[in-house]
Amino acid sequence: MTTTRPELPAVPAGTRPAAPTPRRATRRPAGFGEPTAQPWIYVVLTGGLVLLVGPFLWMLLGSFRPDRELKQVPPAWLPQDPTLENYRNLFDRLDFPTYFFNSAVVALAITLGNLVFCSMLGYALAKLDFPGKRVIFVLVLATLMVPGVVTFVPLFVLVSNMGMVNTFPGLIFPFLAGPFGVFLMRQFIQSLPDELIHAARVDGAGEWRIFRSIILPLCKPALATLGILTFLTSWNNFLWPLVVAQSEEKYTLPVALAIYAIGENRSDYGLLMAGSVVIILPVLVVFLLLQRHFVRGIAMTGIK
Amino acid sequence: MASLTAGGAAPSTRRRSRPGRRRELVAGYLFALPFLALFVVFTVGPVLASFGMSFTDLRSSDVRNPLAVEAVGLKHYTDLFADETFRQAAFNTAYFVVIGVPLTMGLALAVAVGLNSGITRFKAFFRVGYYLPVVTSIVAVAVVWRFLLEPDSGLVNTMLGYAGIDGPSWLNSPTWAMPSMIVMAAWRNMGYLVVIFLAGLQLVPKEMHEAAAIDGAGAWNRFRHITLPMLRPTLLFGAVITMIGYLQFFEEPFVMTQGGPLDKTLSVAYYTYNQFGFGNYSYAAAMAYVLFVVIALVTAVQFRVLGRRD
Repeated sequence: MTTTRPELPAVPAGTRPAAPTPRRATRRPAGFGEPTAQPWIYVVLTGGLVLLVGPFLWMLLGSFRPDRELKQVPPAWLPQDPTLENYRNLFDRLDFPTYFFNSAVVALAITLGNLVFCSMLGYALAKLDFPGKRVIFVLVLATLMVPGVVTFVPLFVLVSNMGMVNTFPGLIFPFLAGPFGVFLMRQFIQSLPDELIHAARVDGAGEWRIFRSIILPLCKPALATLGILTFLTSWNNFLWPLVVAQSEEKYTLPVALAIYAIGENRSDYGLLMAGSVVIILPVLVVFLLLQRHFVRGIAMTGIK
Repeated sequence: MASLTAGGAAPSTRRRSRPGRRRELVAGYLFALPFLALFVVFTVGPVLASFGMSFTDLRSSDVRNPLAVEAVGLKHYTDLFADETFRQAAFNTAYFVVIGVPLTMGLALAVAVGLNSGITRFKAFFRVGYYLPVVTSIVAVAVVWRFLLEPDSGLVNTMLGYAGIDGPSWLNSPTWAMPSMIVMAAWRNMGYLVVIFLAGLQLVPKEMHEAAAIDGAGAWNRFRHITLPMLRPTLLFGAVITMIGYLQFFEEPFVMTQGGPLDKTLSVAYYTYNQFGFGNYSYAAAMAYVLFVVIALVTAVQFRVLGRRD
């Protein structure tokens, strides 16, 4: 989104007046300000959090339950007879290692492509002067909001004619150059001082060298954010892989899980829970380790 | 790339000499080229082709020869609005958006205000916790929720049973299938809005609250007359982002109900996918374009509303 935040009488986040006014010092009105949080707020927030995390716990517990326990009424809280059978079935009845591999290859390739292509165009738009640059930027931004459902039909016709149906290139190419990354990289690179580039030019550095050795190293935070967000989006992507991966050996994880979940084994919840764990757990771990990048990603693009 | 020096006699950093400017121009295009080539082929092309295609009779059998098709003018668009199933899908999508967006926003705003009300301990912990579902695959989440919503062995009806409520067969009920999906969507997406709203709330000056409190304004009045107006741009942004996402909902019915019961959860995106599956490519493209126009309108309205306030 390109919405610019209207001017607010801004007090930068976290800044409080240095010296409290006398009035403030004498009596602090209740209901706001740091030390006045009421205990019930903690209770409500904790309750909400339980509702949010609950389904994940239930999924994890379910993945260790044998079939008869999954159909038990009422269900037992904890698995009575824990088993790894469901995870074994991911290999025996399905081919989860292949889907995992496909998902990982596709997501990594798309991430790499976006890091390279978006930072290059982002640099050109932020720091180089050439005719048509505004048109390019507006065009790229205009497609930020174009949903996948609008393009997938002609894209399929195109990919068929290129002979890329049911191939990795078919899964990867349409997502290699995304508008979001251009926007993010341009915003970030614009904030870098021009003097760095001028100085390098005076010293005789070529444009590629300036980009490669000066700009890119300074972009690490933005690249990390873009990389993580792109990887996740691709890992979770569904509609296009569903259309273009037509045989099992090219399925990505969500496609394989969805197709199993609506087929004749639709109530095989043991396997379905184990499969969901395989899709969700790596993402949750990555998120918990790198969560500051997510918040930064939102701050850099969302409401900037 | 050639390693030219930024020629010219004067060692000025502000004004660049002619060869320098030319070099910049060439570099600019070269840096833009790889992205633009991919972008034109795989994004701009399909967006335009989708539009063009919707006025033809292109079907799956024409894939090898997509240009040898007949023009049918506005036929698909007039057919669409006469298509009972499409009307049902459009209604379902509107239902999902009209109930889902305010619900998600309301919950997210409540959590954000709670987190901003002076929570010092565990603030980061809460924020991360509420954000968790946002990063997960909708397909996997939908599978897990189907399990939770199982009529007899499901956790939801078990809990309701403890409270003496006999829960329905959620996803098999024409009445309850859609509300179930809306609640699930709110559960998954509110965390994103919590983070956005928190950032907005931090820009509301504390002094205004304090002054109002001293003048005797209660917590509700301060929220209503200070927080909400100042948060308006953030709320609008959140509403539009959420609306755009919800207008395209697809995975949820695909995994949970296959659009049933009685097409009550069939969305426009899902119906588009189905028509594509039947081989009716140009009809699917027309449907997708109607959705696209609605999304563009929603975005445009937001720009206008925000623009007016600036």
